[in-house]
Amino acid sequence: MDVSFPLLAAIRLGYGLSPLMPAPPNAQAVLNSVQRACDPGTDAVSHADIREQTKQFAALAKARKGGDKAAIQRYREMNRAMAALPRQDLQRRLARAVEAPAGFGERLVQFWADHFTIRADGAANQLMGMAFVDQAIRPHLNGNFADLLIAADTHPMMLRYLNQNSSFGPNSRSAQNNPERALGLNENLAREMIELHTLGAGADYSQEDVRQLAELLTGLTWRRNDDRRFVPAMAEPGAETVLGRSYGGDDRAEMQDIHAVMADLARHPHTAQHMAGKLARHFVSDTPSSALVQDLAASWRDSDGHLPTVYGVLVAHPDLARDFRAKVRQPFDYLASATRALGLSGDDIRALTGQQMRRFYHVPINRMGQPWTRPTGPDGWPEAAAAWITPQGLAERIEWGLQMPAKLLKELPDPRKLVSTALGDTVGDPLQWAVPKAESTLEGVAMVLSSNDFNRR
Amino acid sequence: MLSRRLFLKSTALIGCSAAAHPLLSTVSFASAPGENRLVVIILRGAMDGLDVLQPYGDPALRGLRPGLSTGPADGATDLDGFYALHPGLGALYPLWQAGQLGFVPAVSTPYRDKRSHFDGQDLLESGTGHDLPVRMQQGGWLNRLLQDMPDAVSQTAYSVGVEDMLILAGQAQARSWAPDAQLRMSPQAQMLLDHVYHDDPLFRDAASLAGEIAAERMDGGRRGGGATAGALGRFAASRLNEATRIASFSIGGWDSHANQPQVIGRALQRLSDAILALREGLGGNWDRTTVLAMTEFGRTARQNGSGGTDHGTGGAMLMAGGAIRGGRVIGDWPGLGEGDLYAGRDLMPTRDVRAYAAWAMRGLFGTERNALEQSIFPGLDMGDDPGMLA
Repeated sequence: MDVSFPLLAAIRLGYGLSPLMPAPPNAQAVLNSVQRACDPGTDAVSHADIREQTKQFAALAKARKGGDKAAIQRYREMNRAMAALPRQDLQRRLARAVEAPAGFGERLVQFWADHFTIRADGAANQLMGMAFVDQAIRPHLNGNFADLLIAADTHPMMLRYLNQNSSFGPNSRSAQNNPERALGLNENLAREMIELHTLGAGADYSQEDVRQLAELLTGLTWRRNDDRRFVPAMAEPGAETVLGRSYGGDDRAEMQDIHAVMADLARHPHTAQHMAGKLARHFVSDTPSSALVQDLAASWRDSDGHLPTVYGVLVAHPDLARDFRAKVRQPFDYLASATRALGLSGDDIRALTGQQMRRFYHVPINRMGQPWTRPTGPDGWPEAAAAWITPQGLAERIEWGLQMPAKLLKELPDPRKLVSTALGDTVGDPLQWAVPKAESTLEGVAMVLSSNDFNRR
Repeated sequence: MLSRRLFLKSTALIGCSAAAHPLLSTVSFASAPGENRLVVIILRGAMDGLDVLQPYGDPALRGLRPGLSTGPADGATDLDGFYALHPGLGALYPLWQAGQLGFVPAVSTPYRDKRSHFDGQDLLESGTGHDLPVRMQQGGWLNRLLQDMPDAVSQTAYSVGVEDMLILAGQAQARSWAPDAQLRMSPQAQMLLDHVYHDDPLFRDAASLAGEIAAERMDGGRRGGGATAGALGRFAASRLNEATRIASFSIGGWDSHANQPQVIGRALQRLSDAILALREGLGGNWDRTTVLAMTEFGRTARQNGSGGTDHGTGGAMLMAGGAIRGGRVIGDWPGLGEGDLYAGRDLMPTRDVRAYAAWAMRGLFGTERNALEQSIFPGLDMGDDPGMLA
């Protein structure tokens, strides 16, 4: 199939075609879309928001213990409001994906938020989970990987998720002064920083590197009501050696040493290779050509992880056409693309009530196997097509295509029109043949959205 | 100001959308000749064997773990004067007394030193050694067992939910199943969709099974979320009472880097629920059943600074069922002294965990030793019969 660049770009690098806007005309338009995604927007979560929420909640919890009836009621309401945050997060992310003219920037938000997977535990931390994307991911989408890595792996949410907040140098002041508490190292962040975020599990590093990095990271922490990201009393004294390089002088390490090791991990040739493979597998094919991976890795190494340069290689690569439809849309991608194809705008999504959001999107995405904000492990979502197109997963997509368009729209589109709105001239013969034969508009629309043509990209 | 706007809005509670345990979502089945039954439970996240089966009689344990695995003094049940059972498995103690629960204290796969959950689980489930890169290992060992049984009737694997386990993947037909996946399409629309999917095997197979599956229902199944461990155990038992002879599912939540007592407590509750549900559901068939619970690797001998443990090497395997010779801890104990630990930090494995799985298959299904060592677990040395089965 000979697919034009605008269609390739919209379908493979963005969130599909929309009747409300044209597909991006050229590579530059695709790359320009990234800057727009860097802006966390007017409803970005700030540390002040998190602090205020914590304060309010603590005050209500206290008043509730005192048995104040009104406080018990307000505590419950606030708990409910906090538990509803993941749904509001889905709403704002979906709205932005739906309205982006060339969705590549929003796709990158999805990609990097998954590469740096976090999982907020409990209602009281959902706001921090949202802040992670607003503060660590979005602003650094279009710069150097080292800055993105530092922003993500020193963010309070990541420190919390990977237990860095409870990692103490065995010989730190805190450990020495509290022998009864048996304070010590926690390797979790150090391990994932190497294994998942930079070099990759197959790379050439040792358990000792992980341990030394864990010692070097001690002191990096976040506590509520404390602005410091580095608490010297927790830090292990003395220099550490990670991958053959020594960090921190004779004294304890400082924040700049931690930034230095992260910058070196970001710059490591294994990182270029690991990240090139990840980008290729996410955007192009579950089994990408070695040419694509090598081209991405080379641009990564030559530019020292300058992301716009690497994106430029991806966007212009011939494999984008060669491997058309090699990938399956993940549930979020499916929902955003279906919503766009149906002609809804970002504001239409923002206007949905909580109840509607829950029924139309939040429950379905969970059932399709991608529970929003609840990835199962730090390695994030699987890439393999077979992980998503299971009988259950496909049944849920078909169900969505049958039920939701009629709920989202006042009037259903003509399925024969929807086919070309959603797929342009990439529609395959079997689908072209089948759609006009549907018994009803409803089933015709469902057929377009359930088709393999639409669910692949 | 998102947060302030939020508290002015009154919002409805999230109902079933908080997926309970996404990792508790898969159960696979296969039929085989004979009456013997095998249940394999994969414990995802690296179970801390030293905490589940606490070697409180080893003098070095207390120094390594001042606040964890403290034996009968803190509510663990003494088993034999050396080992004690974590209180989280207290409900299984009657099985121990009846000879229907046993442990192997220090085993692992051949996977070493990288300590990545993802690779470790792949290795455990695919059952091959390190002679091939993990990515190239094809299919799971239970599936290879089926291929060795010419009389195996239908070879069907059902999986509940979204996550397929490697262990039964392979050439046997796989079916995903979930309660209540409604396909309310007209026959015409289904026929058209079959045509649309015809040249795309991934979609074609998923759709044809989805139609078949829509007719099936699990008692007490709910929409959304993962099934509970008890429900998985009950469901597996109901299948094992019919033609199924091999079932496998996974229980997640073992990665106890911090607050281990809480983390492992919840995971042990799930494991305990699953085993008790199997015993109850199987009735008289429990006597012909062997349950093996295995994990990708153990955890560090020392507790870390967060009241938890990090990724290690050797760990425990649990056996249960009326078919085993339980009430015993079998296999060698490597000790916890300075020179005894693997790489100075982990429990030293004294045997390949796959050898126990192999001996179980030998005893349950009569599988030939050379098939076990060459095709089911290529390169495995089974060693001497550990005498697991009654």
